[in-house]
Formats: sequence, structure tokens, C-alpha cells
Amino acid sequence: MPATGDPAERKTTYREAMREALRDALRADERVFLMGEDVGRYGGCFGVSLGLLEEFGPERVRDAPLSESAFVGAGIGAALAGMRPIVEIMTVNFSLLALDQILNNAATLLHMSGGQLPVPIVIRMTTGAGRQLAAQHSHSLEGWYAHIPGLRVLAPATIADARYMLAPALADPDPVLIFEHGGLYNTSGDLPADAGPVDIDHAAIRRPGTDVSLITYGGSLPKVLAAADDLARGGISAEVVDLRTLRPLDDATLAGSVARTHRAVVVDEGWRTGSLAAEISARLTENNFYDLDAPVERVCSAEVPMPYARRLEEAALPQVAGIVAAARRAVGPEPFTVGAGAPYQDGKAAG
Amino acid sequence: MSATTPRARKPRARPKKQPAHVPALLASMLRIRRFEERCVELYSAARIRGFMHLYIGEEAVAVGVVEALTDEDAVVSTYREHGHALARGVPADAIMAEMFGKATGCSRGRGGSMHLFDASRRFYGGNAIVGGGLPLAAGLALADRIAGRNRVTCCFFGDGAFAEGEFHETANLAALWGLPLLLVCENNLYAMGTALERAQAQTDLAMRAASYGMVSWAVDGMDVLAVEDAARRAAEGVRAGSGPHFLEMRTYRFRAHSMYDPDRYRDKAEIERWKENDPVERLAGRLRQSGELTDEALAELEQRVADEIDAAVHSAEQAPEEPVEDLLRYVTSPVEEAS
Ligand SMILES: Cc1ncc(C[n+]2csc(CCOP(=O)(O)OP(=O)(O)O)c2C)c(N)n1
Ligand SMILES: [Mg+2]
Repeated sequence: MPATGDPAERKTTYREAMREALRDALRADERVFLMGEDVGRYGGCFGVSLGLLEEFGPERVRDAPLSESAFVGAGIGAALAGMRPIVEIMTVNFSLLALDQILNNAATLLHMSGGQLPVPIVIRMTTGAGRQLAAQHSHSLEGWYAHIPGLRVLAPATIADARYMLAPALADPDPVLIFEHGGLYNTSGDLPADAGPVDIDHAAIRRPGTDVSLITYGGSLPKVLAAADDLARGGISAEVVDLRTLRPLDDATLAGSVARTHRAVVVDEGWRTGSLAAEISARLTENNFYDLDAPVERVCSAEVPMPYARRLEEAALPQVAGIVAAARRAVGPEPFTVGAGAPYQDGKAAG
Repeated sequence: MSATTPRARKPRARPKKQPAHVPALLASMLRIRRFEERCVELYSAARIRGFMHLYIGEEAVAVGVVEALTDEDAVVSTYREHGHALARGVPADAIMAEMFGKATGCSRGRGGSMHLFDASRRFYGGNAIVGGGLPLAAGLALADRIAGRNRVTCCFFGDGAFAEGEFHETANLAALWGLPLLLVCENNLYAMGTALERAQAQTDLAMRAASYGMVSWAVDGMDVLAVEDAARRAAEGVRAGSGPHFLEMRTYRFRAHSMYDPDRYRDKAEIERWKENDPVERLAGRLRQSGELTDEALAELEQRVADEIDAAVHSAEQAPEEPVEDLLRYVTSPVEEAS
């Protein structure tokens, strides 16, 4: 559907890619409309929908009052009645005011009605920390949503995914949540000319490797890729797996990666306890136990409401150094080779 | 103007004679104004980060309302709370240090601009979830009711919050239980980029609040004396046991919603019109006319305020950062030593 026809790669930003995806969707299907706080006249609190009101008018780019429960619920109702709403919630923190509608209606209506009432809604929201916004604007709660049967949960981490994940999300007959990490909007890069609709059933291998699998998603992907570069300089070949879809998880791709590398590090900006990282670690242990040569490592956010002060916030979040250290722990000490240095000096272990 | 609705009760006309504390109100408003102007400079210099929302233009509301409260009363605020905090007596240097993310900040660097707290002054904080402070304020008031303490809990919130379920649920609950709550809606006509008439089916907020069975007035929020007068009467009513009172403060923010906001949704002429009603200049003009304020006195006041802010910035700069080792502090309460 969204074939661009552009012959070559095109420079763009994550924000613009998302906007292009919205524009495509609004053009392609009369039933699609965008609804949320400040999506119209303001252009979206992060500028994603800037210009769409002018192009599509206030019926299809609909500003809603501050009333998360009401407008998310209204989106669900409109979906029941045949529309294809895209509802924007400014950030995941505010989605908690609509959690009742998302869980008790969107995720359950199909089942409760014995299959009569599918809810084809897409709900987009920003997630994540890193901008010193403190404890009511910074949390990564997508793992909570990934807990809920009936939902599909997506986390576009690249410009191409920002551009081409929305169409398959809209094509899904069931509710889809899209989590956009706030730190990604300004990233710029090339949109590959051959990019097309994203396969939202599968994780993506962003970098192949042989020694350790670094499994991540969303806003942590750039950090994990940087960690993989760092590890490569130290002679460790890391494979980077981008989950893309947090629910349902793509066990097969994870299994394939771990079968190659025998070691896994999960990087997740959510809190460690009860996290998505915990779920992945559990699955790898259940499904791939005999492929693993080391315990699964997790790099998550510290278990603290996100602090404002820069140093504290940095310390609370997964960082490249911590990812590298976890990967090194998983890979273990370099194998002992005769003549490669003195393993014992003065009777003490050298390291 | 003291605009009211037919159904809302109208506060008595302001007394002609201005009380002696009026110059203090001016000083308090000017202090908030200059403090925030400095914050803008510091934000541009990247000394302050995160989201920062300015109160410039709305100073009369915080100053007039807090003037009507006692030290025993409680204040619950929003993310646009520098003015509320300063008026409440949270020291300027503790606020500045907080915005610098320093250990001496009023929230020990954890909160930043949107989360100023001072339990010793019963300032229950900046809340960055729109409407999030309202149920909490009802709970503070409920505790006072149960304990038989005659105190007022004052909750500030915006016109945007008026659209949230949390407002309507709280208003009903507070009116039903007769809670000692003073609800102060700062109607600055915009919720971020959304104008009041594009978010509210009925824009007369005081009238709607009255429908919950509360005493409810609309007030000229650009006139600190009108604000103070209405707040005093409302607080008296609350103290006298007649349940929650609602004040719609008609005001305007002169600056953008936050430091990130390009402010594309308002007519510049509209902003200029409201600036003609600048609460600081309005009161200064009035005091000048009545001979209560001379140029020298104003210059002296400006100097005093500038000195205080300079000192606050200086001490914030010198203050230590919270050590990273303390990252996990205050997540749960410390275990009490057995006594
Ligand atoms: C529940 C919730 N939804 C959305 C936001 C984002 N947001 C922050 S301030 C704001 C506007 C609030 O307007 P209003 O209540 O009128 O207060 P004002 O900013 O005008 O003082 C919005 C939409 C939020 N912080 N919390
Ligand atoms: Mg407002």
C-alpha cells in the first residue's frame, strides 16, 4: 500500500516518518480518523501530526478535550461501529486514565461477546525517559500493556518502522497499541527506498552476530547498537534483535538467535521486576535452556520513579556501558590459552 | 470586572479602601514575575531542564488566594506551580536549587520544575498529571473533617483539568461529603493549544461547578484584590462548615504553554490585549495613583527582589548534586530505628 515510488533512499526523521504514515492512512481509507489532545490545531504535543488538520479537516483530525478515558472509549465505540480510529494519547503516563477502557473494553469485547465484536482501533502514545521530565512523564509502561491478552503491542524503533508499521496495525482487526519512544522523534536517517509494510508478527535482526544476543526494542535500540559496536572493538560479536512486537512475542526469532549465540542479554527501559525483560528471560529459560551457555542477563531501569536530576536519571536508565558489561558477563572470561599471559602471578589469580 | 453568571453567587464588591498589606501583594507578584524571568534565562543556558511552565500573567491568582490562607491550611498545585510555591513561602533558593537538580532543592533534585514540594509548609506539590491533584486534595480535606481540624485545603488546577473525570468525580464527592475544600480553577482560556471553547461544551465553568451544589464564583483573576477578597470569603465559608467552594479565576498566561511550545494557536493581538491588564502593572499603577508607591520605593523593591534571586541562583550553582549512590533513596520509607 504505501509504495513511495522514490528511486533512492530519502533523508527523514522519525517524527516525519510517523506523520507520513498517518497521512497515508488518512488518504487510503475514509474510515480512518485521528483523535486526541492537541493533535489538530497544535499539531500534536510532539509535533507528529503538524499540518494534518489543514489537509484533512477537523472531522478527521479531531481535537479532544482533556478526557483520556472518554476519548479512548469513544475511539473503541467508533471502531465497533465500523470506523478505523487512530487515537493518540500524549504519553503512556496519561494512558493510565484510559486504562479501564483499554483493558476492560478494547481488549475484552471480542472475547466477551463470543467473537461478535472485534475492536479495530490503533492507539498511539509516547513512552520512555531521557529528557529530565521526572516521575510523571518518563515511565516505560508498555510492558504492562504487553501483559494483556487481546492487544497487539508494537514498538517502532527505526525510521522505517515508524513509517511502515501503522498500515499493518490498521489492517489488524483487533486493538493495536503503538509505543513511540520520545527520544526517537528527532532521530534522522535514511528511509530505504525498498522499505514497505512491516511484518508485525516478527522481530528483526538489526545486526547479525555470533557470541551474544542483545535483545531489545524501541528507544533502547540505538544504545544497544552502540554497545554492539563497542563489543565488536573488543572482539565480541553481538547479534542485535529488535522485538518490534512486544505482544505477541516472536519466540521463533529469539530461539534462532540464541541457538546461534548461546548467550542472551535483554535490554528494556521498563523496571526490572515483572518486566518484559523478565518475560523474555523466562521464555528463553523455558524454551531454549539447552542452547544457553550462561544465565540470561537483564539490563533494565533502576527500580525508582524516574528522578529529574540529570545524573540520577542517567544512572537510573540502561546505558551503553551497562549493556556492554552485561554482555561481557554473559560471554564470560576469555578462554585460557597457553602462553597468552601468565595466569598466575605471585600466587594470585591474575584475573 | 468580577464577571459572574446569573446562577453563581457574586462576591461582595471590593472595599474601596485598600488595606495596608497591598504593597506586600505587589511585592509578592513582582517576585514571582522576576523569578520566572530569570528561570527563562537559565533554561536557555541549559541550567534548568525538563518541562518548565511559566505562570507569568497569572501571578494575581496565587498571591491573592494564598494571602487568604493560614499556615495550617494545605495547598495542592499543578506543574505550573512556581508562583504557588513562592507565594506559599517555599524559599526561592530551595526552588531554584530544585530546578538545578541539586541536593538542596525542595524535592532533593528528584522533582524539578513540575514537582516542587514542601511538607513543612503544607505545600503538597506540583502535579504533572492534569487533574491529578484534585482527588488528593479531597483526601487531605477529608482527613481534616474526620479529625475535627478546622483547616482548608486549597487546590489549584486549570480549565483543562475541568474536562477530566477527576475534576467531576472530586467535585461531586467533596460536595456530597461537605469537605473543607477550596477549588481554585485557573481559567487561562487554554489547555496547551486548545482554546476553552473548543474543549468545553459549556464554557461557563463557575456555573457548572455550582451545579454540584457548591458555592461558586467567577472572579477577575487579573486583579489581585478581587482575587484575595473572593478567596477570603470562600475560605471563610469553608471554615464555617458550608462545604467546598469553587472559584473560577479568569486569567491568562502571557507566555507559551511550556518552553517547548511554539505558541502557534493564539492570536498575538489577543496576548497583547491581555497584557494591557497585567496584574503587576495594574496594581502598581493603582498604588502609584493613591500615592502608596513612589518610583524610589518601586526601584528599591526591584533591587530587593533581584538580590534575592541572585542569591538563589548563586546558592543553587554552588549546591552539591545528589550522589548517584542515593539513586534508590525515598522509594520506600526508611526503616525506623527501634526506640
Ligand atoms: C492527564 C494528562 N493529560 C495530558 C497531559 C498533558 N498536558 C500537560 S498540561 C496540559 C494542559 C492543561 O491545561 P490546563 O488544565 O488549562 O492548565 P494550564 O496549563 O493552562 O495552566 C496538557 C494537555 C497531562 N499532563 N496529563
Ligand atoms: Mg488552562
